[in-house]
Formats: sequence, C-alpha cells, structure tokens
Amino acid sequence: MPDKMSTRKINSYQKQKNKQEMQKMVVSFALMIFFTIVAFALVILEVPSTYVIPLLLILAFVQVGFQFFYFMHLKDKGHEVPSQIIYGGVFVTFLVALTFTAITWW
Amino acid sequence: MSMTSAQKSGFGATLWDWLTTVDHKKIGILYLAGGGFFFLLGGLEAVIIRIQLISPENNFISAGLYNEMITMHGTTMIFLAAMPILLGLMNFIMPLQIGARDVAFPFLNSLGFWLFLFGGLLLNLSWFTGAPDAGWTNYAPLSIQSPGHGIDFYVMGLQLSGAGTLMGGINFIVTIVLMRAPGMTYMRMPLFTWTTFVASILILFAFPALTVGLFLMMFDRMFGSAFFDAALGGNAVIWQHLFWIFGHPEVYILILPVFGVFSEVFPTFAKKRLFGYTAMVFATFLIAFLGFMVWAHHMFTVGLGPVANSIFAVATMAIAVPTGIKIFNWLFTLWGGSIKINSAMLWSLAFIPSFTIGGMTGVMLASAVADYQYHDTYFVIGHFHYVIVGGTVFGILAGLHYWWPKMFGRYLNEVLGQISFWTFFIGFHLTFFIQHFLGLMGMPRRYWVFLENQGLDTGNLISSIGAFFMSFGVIVFLINIIYTTIKGKKAPGDAWGSGRTLEWTISSPPVHYNFKQLPLVRGLDPLWIEKMEGNEKMTPAEPVDEIHMPNGSILPFIMTIGFTIASYGFIYQTGNKYWLIAVFAGMAIALICMLIRSLKDDHGHHISKEELERVGD
Ligand code: HEM
Ligand SMILES: [Cu+2]
Repeated sequence: MPDKMSTRKINSYQKQKNKQEMQKMVVSFALMIFFTIVAFALVILEVPSTYVIPLLLILAFVQVGFQFFYFMHLKDKGHEVPSQIIYGGVFVTFLVALTFTAITWW
Repeated sequence: MSMTSAQKSGFGATLWDWLTTVDHKKIGILYLAGGGFFFLLGGLEAVIIRIQLISPENNFISAGLYNEMITMHGTTMIFLAAMPILLGLMNFIMPLQIGARDVAFPFLNSLGFWLFLFGGLLLNLSWFTGAPDAGWTNYAPLSIQSPGHGIDFYVMGLQLSGAGTLMGGINFIVTIVLMRAPGMTYMRMPLFTWTTFVASILILFAFPALTVGLFLMMFDRMFGSAFFDAALGGNAVIWQHLFWIFGHPEVYILILPVFGVFSEVFPTFAKKRLFGYTAMVFATFLIAFLGFMVWAHHMFTVGLGPVANSIFAVATMAIAVPTGIKIFNWLFTLWGGSIKINSAMLWSLAFIPSFTIGGMTGVMLASAVADYQYHDTYFVIGHFHYVIVGGTVFGILAGLHYWWPKMFGRYLNEVLGQISFWTFFIGFHLTFFIQHFLGLMGMPRRYWVFLENQGLDTGNLISSIGAFFMSFGVIVFLINIIYTTIKGKKAPGDAWGSGRTLEWTISSPPVHYNFKQLPLVRGLDPLWIEKMEGNEKMTPAEPVDEIHMPNGSILPFIMTIGFTIASYGFIYQTGNKYWLIAVFAGMAIALICMLIRSLKDDHGHHISKEELERVGD
C-alpha cells in the first residue's frame, strides 16, 4: 500500500532527526555541566571578584540561552508563538530588574 | 450538564461529581458561582461603605471597621469577584470557540479553581478575628505595622488564590496554542479567544510580581525580615513597585476579556462582521505591551523625580490610542447593521460611553503634574469605577446574558433583564459621576467621615442613593437567574439565530465532549460562512470515532485543603509555635497528593463510537 510506504519513509526521516536532536541535547547538557563546574572552580580558587562576577554573569547568560533554545525548543520550527511569549517574559523581567537596580542604588 | 451527572442521581453523587470534575464547562460554572458569591459579599461591603458616607460625621460603623470594609471591598471585588467570573466565562466559552474538547490541562484547571475558592474563603475568615485594614493596595509600612492577623490573612489568601489564577492563565495559553480545531489559524480565532489569550499572557507575567511582593510581606510580618522596614535598611517603596508592576497589568487583565465579549456581542446583534478585525487584534497586543510600562503612574506623588514621572506619563497617555481604536471599531461595527436590542446589547451599548468617560479621566490622571491634585481623592475612585464597573462589570453582564442560553440551555428573562439594566445603569452613574467632583473639591479617599458644610453633603447623599439603585438592579438579576432556572425559555444550539462562531454550532448546553466530530474551520466566523453558503451545519474534519476524555479527580480538592491548612498554620504560628504542626500537616497532605498524581498513571477514558452514534448530534 502506498500509504504505508510513505509513513514508513516519514518514520525513518523522523528517526534520523530525533537522533540528531538527541545528540545536540547531550552536547549542550555536557556543556552546561562543564560551565557549572567552571563557575564553582572560579569561586573555590578564589579568583579576584573583579573577574569572577562578570565571568559568572556571562556563564549564566550562556546557560540561560542553552536552556531556552535547546531544552525548551525555542529554536525549533513551529515554536514561534511560545518563543514570542518567552521573549515577552524576558522583556518584562528586564524592566523589573532595571527598576529595582535603579531604586536600590540611586 | 454531562451525561454522568444526569444518570447518577442523589445529592451525594452530584456533590462528588462537582468536587471531582475536570470538565472545563463545569469548572467554568463553578468559577461563575464562586465569583458571583464573592461579588455579592463585596457588594454588601460597598453598601455598608456608602451608608457610612451618606451623611457628614456619620457613626454607622467605627473607624477601624471602616478601614476593614474598604480593604475587603476592593480586594474581594478585584481578586475574588471580577477575575474569577471572567475566568469562568473564558473556561466555558474559549474551548468551544476554538473547537476543542477540553482545556490542555484539565487537572490543573480544577486545582486552579479550588485554590481560588479556598484562598477567597480563607481571606474572608479574617472577618471573625479582624480583617485586613491597609487598603486593597496594602502599602508598607502601614501594612507592616498593622496589629493582629488581618494582613496575614490578606497575604496568605491572595497567595493561594493568585497561584490558582496563574495556573488558569498558563492553561489557557497552552490550550489556545495547541488545541485549535483543524483550519483555525490564529487570524481566524474569535476576538474573545484572542483577548483570553492576551489576558492570560498578562496573568503569566504580572502575577509573579505579586507573588514575590506577598512573599516579602510574609517574611517581614512573620519571620522578622526587613525588606520594607526603612529603620533597618529596607525600602517601603519596593512594595509599591512590586504591587503596581502587577497591579497595572491586572487592570488590563480585567478589561481585555470584556473587550472580547463586546466584540462577540456587537457582530451577533448587528448581523455584521466585526469591523477592523486585524486592527482589533493588534490593538489588544499593543495595550498589553504598553500595560507593562506604565505602572509608576500610580506612584507619581512618591517622588520618583520629574524624568521618571514624565516617561511614565507619556507611556500612560499612549495607551489611550489603541483603546480609542477599539472604541471606533465597535462603533463602525454597529454602523449600518440591522441592530437587535436586548439585554446583552444594552449592557454593551451602555459600556461605550461609560468606559470612554473612564478613559478620559484616566488621561487626565496620566498628567503627572495634575495628578498631584487628583491623587488619593475621590476623583481616582470615580475614574476606576467608571472603567471597572462601566467596563468590566457591564461586560460580564453582557457576556452572561449572551452566553447564558449556551451555558444553561435557557434564555435569561428579557423583562427582568431590562429592569436590572436600567436601575443598575442609572444607579451607577448617580453613584460615581458625582464622585469626580467630590474629589476635585478635595474629598480624600479612604476617610471614615467627612465634615459638615464643606460642600460635600449633597454629593455624598446622591452617591449613596445611586448605590441603592445598583443593589436593586443586582437583586433583580438574581431573581432573573432563579426565574430562568425554573421557567426560562429553552434555547436551541444557535440561540440567537445569528451566531457566527463555533460555540453556536453545538447543542445548548453542550454535551460533555463538546464536539462529536471536530469541525473544519474555513475562515473567520466559521458558522457564518457555512450559513452564507446555505449549509446548516459545519463540515466535520474527521469521521465519527472514539473520543478520549480525561477522568475526574478528587486530588485537586484535597491538595487545596492541604495548602489551606498550611496557610492557616503560617498565619498563627507567629503567636504559638504549635501552629507549625498545621503547616507541616497541611504541606504533607498537599505533597502526598502531588506524589499520588505523579506516580499513578491515569489515561482517561474513551467514549466509544457506538455510544456516539446512539446519542446522535
Ligand atoms: C485610558 C486608559 C487609562 C489611563 C490613562 C489610566 C490612568 C490611571 C492613572 C494615572 C491612575 C492613578 C491615579 C492616582 O492614583 O492618582 C489610575 C488609577 C486606577 N486605574 Fe486607570 N487608567 C486607564 C484605564 C484603566 C482601566 C481600563 C482600568 C481597569 C479596568 C483602570 C483601573 C484603575 C484603578 C483600579 C486605579 C486605582 C488604583 C488605586 O489607587 O486603588 N484604569 N488610572
Ligand atoms: Cu494603572
């Protein structure tokens, strides 16, 4: 039956995609663990805080990116609306953070 | 009502059915009933306030009780009446409008409802020992210093019901993103679904700010922290920011859904498609976006400085633009339509001028310089009652009249409907119009008494008389509900004969799986399209086949009881550490329920093809 054929084709295509997806996940997961170890190491080794704070912040941002794009599928097709909503949330969070830094330090 | 409840009889079985239901329609009705109950309670509080202010230096209630009364009135009306009633309408109608059989997370839906209800009940239990008395805005340091447990009840009650609301919001977002019927693209969604979507996004982003604020408040009051205590290095203004970062989006959470209601009512009764659909959607998003950048207009007099005040003033005024777009679109929808006037339409028509007045006073308030004069006077009270009553409450009543036949299978009575409309409408303007002038004459809000011969006597008397008119209107509406339930005229599926959206394609009330076959949506206003092509029904998008439905569960109810017990424990453990037992016991109950939920697989049930064929349409 032609119908069965095409589904089988889609299945093998899907399998291939899933495999790639899994690889990406594992790589980004390993990277995140690595970043966490680096972060802890920096603090344990008592690197001066002028370096540690910006470094930790950068690592944190990269990790948030991994989290959103790989684990929460923001990069994937068909996830445009959820991505927009997350960006909205990031925007609001930014506003709130800005406000409280402003009122605490000015 | 679902088939199971019709088959089983007896009070116990019915009660069990409602306690365990995960059906979005029943949960919608529960929300309406719960919200309605708190609306009556809040209304009673309002009448007591107006009796106290009916004449100068009145002594109807004491000063302390007056503070409790205004606090509970505001808190109840916003959190426990207006929002839940809107959530009820959304819950019932939105899945029908997108052609879905339930919401995405039925279990969560039920949990959200019970959390709201028990949060509200917990808050109101405070009446027995002293209610919160720092205003619905609960500003620190007043709220930190308020003796007794009133504020603690405010904190825990709102935390519970807020968690419920947050769940509702997330649920609706996921439902709309994932569960639209075949062919229902985003730009074919009815406006009420759109506004539900955007209001849910607002809930998702705004409520966490309230949650954080309430947690800080809880720690300050119960565990000796000093976030808001200036003497110990804290900052009381932080509360105001957190509250209004939540609070301003909250007022849009209250108004956007009813914008959706009007956008359904007008096209149905003018028999014309909504004018400027795309502009309406766009304006909704613009309002939501701007709504997050204006919170400091509630804090113009705090002393943020001229730069901050100017930015927030301009941003605030900008919101009037998309709102104006909407008003004009509704007017153009009516223009040239063959208009049918009934109660739903009366409430909608009355909304336009009433809400516009509220928008105008809003723009006046947005002028930071002028606000130094208006702030904390009755002018502000006038403003927000025009938008909340003239907008949200009118919209809820329009929506209830419009969808009542869909929800309960019977039409609300027209005569009673118009009596309650006219008395409420006249009473509303009597009560609140004059308050603008009282405010301009210098009458401050939240004062227990006013003095004689300062030109405030007549205005306050008129305002109180108006409140009695409004009460009369509400009572007639209640009578209408009872009358309709017993004797109301039965409604067919397309109850108004000119329905345009999917909810009118199924029976009134709908069967518990909503759609026997999911409909194929071929454009905006799908039912109207089919009608124009001479079809009586929607084209199905699938053959008749087994339907998969979720099972009911008592866990959400028990979980909520656990959280409520824990909240009670938190409130009283400050005085007596034995109350910590309640905290632990309550949390244990809730956690065990979560564990059961996670470990026990529940795959729902199937309605067989044979049964579906037997039932017919
Ligand atoms: C054109 C749109 C609007 C503008 C420009 C506007 C502007 C303002 C401003 C500047 C204030 C602060 C006044 C003060 O405290 O001195 C205010 C208060 C308020 N507004 Fe609006 N508003 C608008 C629409 C709405 C809507 C749609 C709602 C609700 C459905 C609403 C509800 C409220 C509430 C509840 C308060 C008082 C909060 C309190 O202090 O207790 N407003 N508005
Ligand atoms: Cu505001």
